[in-house]
Amino acid sequence: MGEPKFDEMDNYKKEDLLKVDYKPPGKSWFETKIDFNQRKGSWIYPAKPKNLEYIGFPNPREWFPTDEDWKLPKNWKEIILEGMADRLKRFRTFQVFMDICVRCGACADKCHFFIGGGDPKNMPVLRAELLRSIYRREFTKAGRILGSIAGGRELTIDVIKEWFFYFYQCTECRRCSVFCPYGIDTAEITMMARELMHLLGLNVNWIMEPVANCYRTGNHLGIQPHGLKDTLEFFADDIEDVTGIKVDIPMNKKGAEILFVTPSGDFLADPGIFTCMGYMLLFHELGLDYTWSTYASEGGNFGLFTSNEAMKRLNAKIYAEAKRLGVKWILGGECGHMWRVMHQYMDTMNGPADFLETPVSPITGTRFENAKSTKMTHIIEFTSDLIKHGKLKLDPSRNDDLVVTFHDSCNPARGLGLFEEPRYILKAVCNNFVEMPEDTTREKTFCCGGGAGLGTDENMEIRLRGGMPRGHAVKYVQDKYGANMLAAICAIDRATLVTVCDYWAPGVGVTGIHELVANALICKGEKKRTMNMRGEPLPGVNPEEEGDEDV
Amino acid sequence: MPIFEHGSVKVEVDEDGFMQNPEEWTEEVAAALATTEGVDELGEEHWKVIHFLRDYYQKFGVAPMIRKLCKETGFKLKKIYELFPSGPAKGACKVAGLAKPTGCV
Repeated sequence: MGEPKFDEMDNYKKEDLLKVDYKPPGKSWFETKIDFNQRKGSWIYPAKPKNLEYIGFPNPREWFPTDEDWKLPKNWKEIILEGMADRLKRFRTFQVFMDICVRCGACADKCHFFIGGGDPKNMPVLRAELLRSIYRREFTKAGRILGSIAGGRELTIDVIKEWFFYFYQCTECRRCSVFCPYGIDTAEITMMARELMHLLGLNVNWIMEPVANCYRTGNHLGIQPHGLKDTLEFFADDIEDVTGIKVDIPMNKKGAEILFVTPSGDFLADPGIFTCMGYMLLFHELGLDYTWSTYASEGGNFGLFTSNEAMKRLNAKIYAEAKRLGVKWILGGECGHMWRVMHQYMDTMNGPADFLETPVSPITGTRFENAKSTKMTHIIEFTSDLIKHGKLKLDPSRNDDLVVTFHDSCNPARGLGLFEEPRYILKAVCNNFVEMPEDTTREKTFCCGGGAGLGTDENMEIRLRGGMPRGHAVKYVQDKYGANMLAAICAIDRATLVTVCDYWAPGVGVTGIHELVANALICKGEKKRTMNMRGEPLPGVNPEEEGDEDV
Repeated sequence: MPIFEHGSVKVEVDEDGFMQNPEEWTEEVAAALATTEGVDELGEEHWKVIHFLRDYYQKFGVAPMIRKLCKETGFKLKKIYELFPSGPAKGACKVAGLAKPTGCV
């Protein structure tokens, strides 16, 4: 096995990570440089050339952050400055966010990476200054004349290297933005910085491979149509083992009422797959006229972590497929960043979806007016509405082995304002629900530390550090109330929070909400349930005594 | 990209030691890659896992979900870790010459 490596959790001792030094270095921040060799565990591997070639991105090549020469185009400086000028013209937000910050510092201690790491350049204000200082110097009169006195800084290779390091240490979670008196959207600053770096061919594989896969197959994982069919059939078999019910798997069904789109993480990884089974069981029980799509087979959009153009290109498939299949509206699964894209960009970016109708629940008749522009409703709104109207028969005692707490995923929380509905469902399907401290939930929720394309392993140190505030809040409810399950409505969370919990609050598992819904759901014609969706014995059931027979 | 060499085997791998060109995989390559996992000899149970992963990959072009791997081979996850100490994704998939899954996983 050998020694634990920097990309493994076991390499990092808690007592070391807890010694956070918030004292800034003596030198000016203009002068500190990144030593990529020294900081292994805090940066992500570059994109493989084949992935950039596939989507036509500039400068595909082999390079590595520890190399002195990053093989940038000769006129890299000109490219960046032209790129900035172009974006300042096209995006009013970018111009405003560059100008308006007064460096009050309200955001400084709100970032999970700063709290868990203490690096001053992870204070959102200073991370943004890495870009803003170039803006001042090159695009403002004061900066051009006065230079550093006016906060301007010369654009050098070291500045670019710093961008690569720190703008991939921002998860675009927007917690800092909640506290900014001007409402500066720090995620948009990170997005602009990443867009500029793409012009030079500086990007990370953990994002660009999903983007290339998604462009090729419709989903981040590269699952092809026959693979998705095989996967959903596998889930159906497991559902049958647990419930005795053989669920339908409508795929690419023309004329279905609803197109269902969820993140592809739900098709591959534990524990997301159990949430996927949860959707399938619920839809079957409702007799919902819906369809999966093998083309629009991804709710997530790593284009959001790439560039406006990439996001638009990947997202276009959802409306295109809705139109091709002739559905009335779209239902979206438990995904996080997907809802930032849907709620805040989709309508103007890919719309208007005038061929669709405002979503109406066929079960309750509720018209989702809030989804009038996008024609796309969140499954958490859909299911909470079912419960509110008494349409589901539930036995919450089937989740009695769990003390559940809820992690507000950054984008559904701060991008969509989805606070009450998930809690409403959890309280209906579980008897034991507890809240984490209020400064760590709802709009002030702490990120998992692995969003916005940071959920890989080679940056494990920074992920564990960034996950520390969330991890400590989980530990708090574990110690105080015996919490042993963390529910989240985001596929990145379901992947990354497993690591965060294993490290900071060992013994706490991670789940999606629809896994718990499916556990509690009493279905027509089901056999006596002895197992939960994971195939584990239900509370109070002795697996030795129980057979498969119906009672 | 780095080159992995072991005996007569020479293949291009990525930073994590995954094969860059999975079509170059052979059983000999698997045995060589297994040494990086601390597995000096591949036994029958190792091969059962590897062959399932290969077959799935050739059919679907991606790695299977771990649950499916366990169900199809009849091995519990703990057993997979015993066979491949880095686990099903970083260990078994690497030896079977599959690409590393990326995305919300």
